[in-house]
Amino acid sequence: MKEKTQVADIDRSMYDFRYSEDDAYKVDEGLTPEIVEQISKEKNDPDWMREFRLKSLEIYNQIPVPNWGPSIEGLDMDHIVTYVRPKDNKMENDWDNVPTDIKDTFEKLGIPQAERKSLAGVGAQYDSELVYHNVKDSVAEKGVVYTDIESALHGPYADMIHDHFMKLVPPTDHKFAALHGAVWSGGSFVYVPKGVHLDFPLQSYFRLNAKGAGQFEHTLIIVDDDAYLHFIEGCSAPKYNVANLHAGCVELFIGKNATLRYSTIENWSKNMYNLNTKRARVDEGGKVEWISGSFGSHVSYLYPMSVLAGKGSRSEFTSVTFAGKGQNLDTGCKVVHAAPDTSSYVNTRSISKDGGISTFRSAVTIAENATGSKSSVSCQSLMLDDISRSDTIPAMDIRTSDADVGHEAKIGRISDEVVFYLMSRGMSEEDARALIVSGFADNVGKELPLEYAVEMNNLIQLEMKGAIG
Amino acid sequence: MSDILQVKGLKVKLADEDTEILHGIDLNVGAGEVHVLMGPNGAGKSTLGSSLMGDPRYRITDGKVIFDGQEITHETTDKIAKAGIFMSFQNPVEVPGVSVANFIRTAVENKTGEHIKAWDFMKDLKKTMRVLDMDPSYAERDLNVGFSGGEKKKAEILQLLMLKPQLAILDETDSGLDVDAVRTVSAGIEEYKKTVGGALLIITHATRILESLKVDKTHILADGRIIAEGDASMVDDINENGFEKYLNSSKS
Repeated sequence: MKEKTQVADIDRSMYDFRYSEDDAYKVDEGLTPEIVEQISKEKNDPDWMREFRLKSLEIYNQIPVPNWGPSIEGLDMDHIVTYVRPKDNKMENDWDNVPTDIKDTFEKLGIPQAERKSLAGVGAQYDSELVYHNVKDSVAEKGVVYTDIESALHGPYADMIHDHFMKLVPPTDHKFAALHGAVWSGGSFVYVPKGVHLDFPLQSYFRLNAKGAGQFEHTLIIVDDDAYLHFIEGCSAPKYNVANLHAGCVELFIGKNATLRYSTIENWSKNMYNLNTKRARVDEGGKVEWISGSFGSHVSYLYPMSVLAGKGSRSEFTSVTFAGKGQNLDTGCKVVHAAPDTSSYVNTRSISKDGGISTFRSAVTIAENATGSKSSVSCQSLMLDDISRSDTIPAMDIRTSDADVGHEAKIGRISDEVVFYLMSRGMSEEDARALIVSGFADNVGKELPLEYAVEMNNLIQLEMKGAIG
Repeated sequence: MSDILQVKGLKVKLADEDTEILHGIDLNVGAGEVHVLMGPNGAGKSTLGSSLMGDPRYRITDGKVIFDGQEITHETTDKIAKAGIFMSFQNPVEVPGVSVANFIRTAVENKTGEHIKAWDFMKDLKKTMRVLDMDPSYAERDLNVGFSGGEKKKAEILQLLMLKPQLAILDETDSGLDVDAVRTVSAGIEEYKKTVGGALLIITHATRILESLKVDKTHILADGRIIAEGDASMVDDINENGFEKYLNSSKS
């Protein structure tokens, strides 16, 4: 290896295509009570929701931006368009009726194909609104509800939404939670009744097409006692030269002895500020499994949180973060053990390359009453060159002596010896490095359904691609 | 018989130091022949094997390596491998997250440039694993991760049998193995001779691994030089009397 790997610009063209937004309906740039009122009116909110939005806006104006993470100076809220409705928007459950360019977008991303093959239901959001939502009849017959929040607000589940919406992530949580409360639009509502076990996953795909816009989808999932659900979310956007913002919110309620697996492959374009909040509350004997692959965005703040509220409840968090050129990805997780005999397992991998910054941040709290609880945190980082950076900031707050807590962190580089070994079997240096990185990210890869594992692997190959010379 | 490998006056230094390890090696291996490279510790045996494979820890400062009529002296490791040389490592590294099956399939597809159907590949792989007395579950395990010394060496021979090179360099493949494991590895090498018919350059301290093979030529390397060459009987001689005779005669 007399040569060194040099990195060319990444070809993201398969995600970068975009369509005209001329005919879309948009609110003005920026954030004022008038704009929030306008969004509320467009969405035909019930009164409580309109008031909730306005109250959230007030909170937003009172809370300062966080001063501890990556810089978000490039994000100017006065120029973000908070609501963009695709032209002729009407949520469809027949794919043929979705407008052509939107349909093309999702076809290229493989969404309808995936639905036909291996999913129990699919939702697709384009800019601020859902354009397609469908569940298989066999799933609907079991009483499973999968719809957009707007419809649910006016249907038989209106009270359920009212009782859960932003109760786990209140607008006072942080500035962007407040922003979300004010301008949220789209997303999904899922209810899985008691004892119902879904054999196939449900999926939502979020696509942000409009330049300089924000996406603020809200995902609310309630898995009732003894039920099982695997929910998959995917997201992408074409690249623009101005900042886009994603401030979604995910609230998961997991009943007694129920399990929810929540998988994400995030591939926002590299002008995106991804300030997303995800939180799960787990009742007695229940379990949340977070599987997360973060590849895109310019700046990310992402720390899914599990509140282990019931005795014996569990949380597993498995993630991989890949920060390339110009990316500052601050990711990790939080766990609150608030009941006895709870357990949490955290296994993360982060990769940084071409000057990318990857920070792992975790916070595990074991409350005084959470006796007999266990927590194990393991984070590994791989730096692919000398200009990249990787930090690990684990925090633990243990209030009882009756707890078993472990933490392990490793930071490393690709070993020349392993590259030589792989090359001695006929692989080019580039392929050898890509294979090592794929293997490193295998903690997530082996947890994903095959098609998604393949997609993630393709993203890694894409990031690793470069000319040797 | 034409030579598959020709090494001419090869001088090798460490990549980032001026220390010369090999001081002009000449060595020819005929197609399909079995050669044994022996010598005391620190003689440069492994350095020779690794240098032929293009190991970046070493720098070839003089001489030539010709394989199958093509000069490969300064080629990169992947090109050397694709040309048809395989090396079984003395200490195979762990590759986390990459299964034995996936790895070998990727390597074979890379070499042949042809897509292999997963089912056909697995059938072939499991058949070969049986020859090596490997449990089929190893196919799904991460390559070399948590493998014992013997399992790692078997995994090397498994790759040899699947990749079918024209020349295999076995670097201390028998070291640290118990009698049974040596027997299994030997059976794998015999299988390679039988099915692929390629040449072998076996770097070894011991002779057990050679018992079932017909050795064509023996080379003795000491202090970075080939100091003696002979036929198969030389192996037995060294086995009984050690290297001393050869070392002394080279000094006089």
